[in-house]
Amino acid sequence: MDLNAPHSMGTTIIGVTYDGGVVLGADSRTSTGMYVANRASDKITQLTDNVYICRSGSAADSQIVSDYVRYFLHQHTIQLGQPATVKVAANLVRLLSYNNKNMLQTGIIVGGWDKYEGGKIYGIPLGGTILEQPFAIGGSGSSYLYGFFDQAWKEGMSKDEAEQLVVKAVSLAIARDGASGGVVRTVIINSDGVTRNFYPSDKLQLWHEELEPQNSLLDILSAASPEPMNI
Amino acid sequence: MAKVEVDVPPKGGFSFDLCRRNDMLSKKGINPPSYLKTGTTIVGLIFQDGVILGADTRATEGPIVADKNCEKIHYMAPNIYCCGAGTAADTEAVTDTISSQLKLHRYHTGRESRVVTALTLLKSHLFRYQGHVSAALVLGGVDVTGPHLHTIYPHGSTDTLPFATMGSGSLAAMAVFESKYHEGLSKDEGVKLVCEAICSGIFNDLGSGSNVDICVITKGQKEYLRNHLLPNPRTYVSSKGYSFTKKTEVLLTKITPLKELVDVIEGGDAMEE
Repeated sequence: MDLNAPHSMGTTIIGVTYDGGVVLGADSRTSTGMYVANRASDKITQLTDNVYICRSGSAADSQIVSDYVRYFLHQHTIQLGQPATVKVAANLVRLLSYNNKNMLQTGIIVGGWDKYEGGKIYGIPLGGTILEQPFAIGGSGSSYLYGFFDQAWKEGMSKDEAEQLVVKAVSLAIARDGASGGVVRTVIINSDGVTRNFYPSDKLQLWHEELEPQNSLLDILSAASPEPMNI
Repeated sequence: MAKVEVDVPPKGGFSFDLCRRNDMLSKKGINPPSYLKTGTTIVGLIFQDGVILGADTRATEGPIVADKNCEKIHYMAPNIYCCGAGTAADTEAVTDTISSQLKLHRYHTGRESRVVTALTLLKSHLFRYQGHVSAALVLGGVDVTGPHLHTIYPHGSTDTLPFATMGSGSLAAMAVFESKYHEGLSKDEGVKLVCEAICSGIFNDLGSGSNVDICVITKGQKEYLRNHLLPNPRTYVSSKGYSFTKKTEVLLTKITPLKELVDVIEGGDAMEE
């Protein structure tokens, strides 16, 4: 057991736009090798009142990047005289990620709402590419969600539909990915403000093999111990 | 992480060249001397009125116990203490450095230090050294904003938790916390739970042992309970005591005051710029 392994957030992170805003979702497991260092971490970090990010990859690297971007955005807001746009926040993250790509190991999803473009999601994976997308997924658990989103995603969802989609997706990924687990956290950002929600593991739907085993003949037969055979 | 093997002019900042050299040497079989590590079980929890930190007292050097009663709970500020696991020199140095920076900050601002200040100073320092400063810390304290407990990992990531454990005995201690921790613990319950967790580390982890140190921090007050529990007394001590017959012979006793050997100028001129 390597307790000195760098902290990584195995992770499943999701960002989804809906009609009027965005929903960000994440699991809550931070692992050091095979040990879960924090089972209730908060991977959705605030940058400004209207922009939040989902962090994945190395815990230290993503925390430092988010601290720097929060600082730059704060300066930018003061200089601009009005709330920063999601595009600016995403590009600041991209500049740090791209220019330090040899030293950083972090995948980030930037999501927020501003008055010019409305709800927007930007995915910034490992190398520092920036991609504006209607929905973005990231982290080790995202591998299990590509097909799911291809089928389940549709344009113009309502706020509740979008949130249910995110919760379902994170919970599916948690069921299949060893490096994701804990609780599901969501953040909804729209013109009215920000809402944080929390879904503990027992409130999530059970999938497939996780369901209780049905009564089988094997259980009934072994209840009465078999008689020794008489020759 | 890609390793860039390009010669670039030094731009300032820490140079990791010697770290690469060390890696290369250890691949060839030449190993550096083993460090003094605090194998360690360190814990912290938040209770009703504040924070309780706990630690064992064994310091190991490879398989040998180098210090049976070392202090792992370090002073950061009058209201902030920090437990350290990992390389003993690294934890001592990093907590001392940040403790001085906090003191200067207190003089500068005229206010009591906040736990998040210590947290940011520690995490920036550790991130700058990219995990080579092997210090895993449990930082706890009470300030104007309330009680706080954080864990800081060698690579510079931090977590904020209601209860935390670190070190080689962290799994044993976490098992105790996960089964018995609840919100709103009283001070006695909290101290008892911390003792149980550290004892679990002491008895089940080879890298932890000896005694239990506790530090209780509440608003405006702290109690440093050094060796609160001694569950490993030395059982077989000779009741007759020890007598060593052959002593070193004393040949001569003479005292020479140093004043005779050195010119001491009484008074003298005032120092000039």
